[in-house]
Amino acid sequence: MSDTIITVSDVVTQFGKNRVHDGINLTVHQGEIYGLLGGSGSGKSTLLKEMIMLLRPQSGEIKVFGQDLSRISQDRAAVLRHRWGVLFQEGALYSSLTVEENVGIKLREYTDLPPKLIRDIVRMKINMVGLPEEAAVLYPSELSGGMVKRAALARALAMDPELLFLDEPTSGLDPVGAEAFDNLILELRGILGLTVVMVTHDLDSIWTVVDRFSVLGEKRVIAEGTLKEVIENPHPIVRQFFGGARGRIRSRDGK
Amino acid sequence: MQSTRSQKAEIQWSQKDGVILLKSLGNWTIDGLRDVAETLERFSRVSRDVSIQWDVSGVGRVDSAGMLLFIRYCDRLKANRCSIKIIGARSEHEKMYRLLRRYTPRYSEARPALFSYFLRPLNTIGRGFVAFLLDIMTFFPFIGENFLDLISSLLHPHSIRFGAIVKNIEEAGVRAIPIVVLTSFLIGVVIAYQGAVQLKKFGANIFIVNMIALSITRELAPVVTAIIMAGRTGSSYTAQLGVMKLTEEIDAMRTMGFDPHRFLVLPRITALMITLPLMIFLSDIIGIAAGMFISNIHLHISYAEFLHRLQNVLAVRHLWIGICKGPFFAWLIATVGCFRGLQVSKNAESIGHYTTISVVNAIFLVIACDAVFSVIFTELGI
Ligand SMILES: Nc1ncnc2c1ncn2[C@@H]1O[C@H](COP(=O)(O)OP(=O)(O)O)[C@@H](O)[C@H]1O
Ligand SMILES: [Mg+2]
Repeated sequence: MSDTIITVSDVVTQFGKNRVHDGINLTVHQGEIYGLLGGSGSGKSTLLKEMIMLLRPQSGEIKVFGQDLSRISQDRAAVLRHRWGVLFQEGALYSSLTVEENVGIKLREYTDLPPKLIRDIVRMKINMVGLPEEAAVLYPSELSGGMVKRAALARALAMDPELLFLDEPTSGLDPVGAEAFDNLILELRGILGLTVVMVTHDLDSIWTVVDRFSVLGEKRVIAEGTLKEVIENPHPIVRQFFGGARGRIRSRDGK
Repeated sequence: MQSTRSQKAEIQWSQKDGVILLKSLGNWTIDGLRDVAETLERFSRVSRDVSIQWDVSGVGRVDSAGMLLFIRYCDRLKANRCSIKIIGARSEHEKMYRLLRRYTPRYSEARPALFSYFLRPLNTIGRGFVAFLLDIMTFFPFIGENFLDLISSLLHPHSIRFGAIVKNIEEAGVRAIPIVVLTSFLIGVVIAYQGAVQLKKFGANIFIVNMIALSITRELAPVVTAIIMAGRTGSSYTAQLGVMKLTEEIDAMRTMGFDPHRFLVLPRITALMITLPLMIFLSDIIGIAAGMFISNIHLHISYAEFLHRLQNVLAVRHLWIGICKGPFFAWLIATVGCFRGLQVSKNAESIGHYTTISVVNAIFLVIACDAVFSVIFTELGI
């Protein structure tokens, strides 16, 4: 549990005059589920996009699997991209492909496995995320919100990534669906030995699945650690998050 | 992870005392499974009723693809009544095996038998035919609903959407004038040229007038104009209604009590039925004018001579026959366009699909309808 997978140091991000990050530091360890918490607009998605090389910070260093993302060659970047899977906030399934084709697209493009085996792998992943078998032949427009997230997760898992990025996986789901999704992520971490970085608003998720997390606010990381450690933090933003009625009830009768 | 001799996945087989020894080596991960998959496929095809010892102690990393491959062929060999003994499995492999077992998809191992390759075209034809019947069966209710709406509109004239009709006439008619003029002009030129060459041989130059006047007014102007309208207006009807279907605007209209037939379909059909005859008339004029122009240059028939001859040969009924085809063609084009538009389902690709189908259907129906008219007019002797 001590190998670091991701280190973010002194990251500064700016869109025009709008400075979003002003010196972000955090580390993600091997095998943990790491949460990124923060108010809307605090730059969680932006930070995630920087970790997956969709955006470049103005300054600072992000290392994933020990490689500095700002100095990486094209070839190494391609290899790196195969080692992670991403679940986007809105699912981002390709609308012209069925669920099965969406999940299998990287397998078909990047491996030379026989089609039959690819189909088996795809079906297994679809089973794994808890989608019914009939969903395989449906198009994204025919799925409910929860099913879209599950299908997108199956696609993120298709290549057996070591690292999984999830952007608000449970937002827009009903509480029951959200809990099921959290359990799914826990179970998959157990099966596949994943490291997971997830952006979340959901205090329940923080409570149940996340091992360690950081709270973004005031353009920095204002607290990082396990729930127990963060909840002790006196910073007003942390208080706000965990001082609310729901947080209070939880911390009274929780662990 | 323990180090392995070879990185790439490998499988070796040997035979000893009637027992087959399988030995897996290397990393069984997604990027290097092709060769072992092929080997196992060949192996499992020839092995029946044998004892197998599968030694997996030489395996390094395994991911879910590799494990799935292993599970798949274990099951296949068992189905071939082989007895399998796995030796040398490490605990992390066993853990993964147990967990993946739960999610292994049900066996759809039924490989298509040889004759199913021959059945496949039949299957395709059958499906196509059923889809065709379903189309027809939904098309007639669509026409019926339209017809009822038309009647109720005529009974309550104040409910007719004149604004929408006028707007559609502008869109389908006024804006189409340039392309219709250009196309008709070229058609006139082509007919005149082709005719001129033949007629010159017989010294029957003046008959060019008969040829141009009759062929353009009776056949060419109506059909060519209708095809332009199918490509231009019919397709845009499909796309417009398709987008509205996609964005659920049509559902919204229904819940507010605005019948999409009355608000969207009927104005479009009416507009095109008014526009197309007018466009055919325009096309007649331009086509004949182009013919006159070419006759003058090529056969030296003066404009006065041409017009005089035209008055004699072009009975008004020929013009009417062509123009009267207009509303029928227009009805076909607009109805098919709207029908296909409302068939669009919930993804963006189907707009393109149905737009294509709509144009193809409309052009076919126009030509088929024209053929029917030809037969009828010939039988009636007009
Ligand atoms: N491409 C962009 N161009 C300009 N500003 C952006 C862009 N992406 C994000 N931002 C800004 O960065 C801030 C953080 O956005 P985001 O990371 O999406 O927040 P959240 O924490 O809600 O995911 C917001 O103020 C947003 O306006
Ligand atoms: Mg976001």
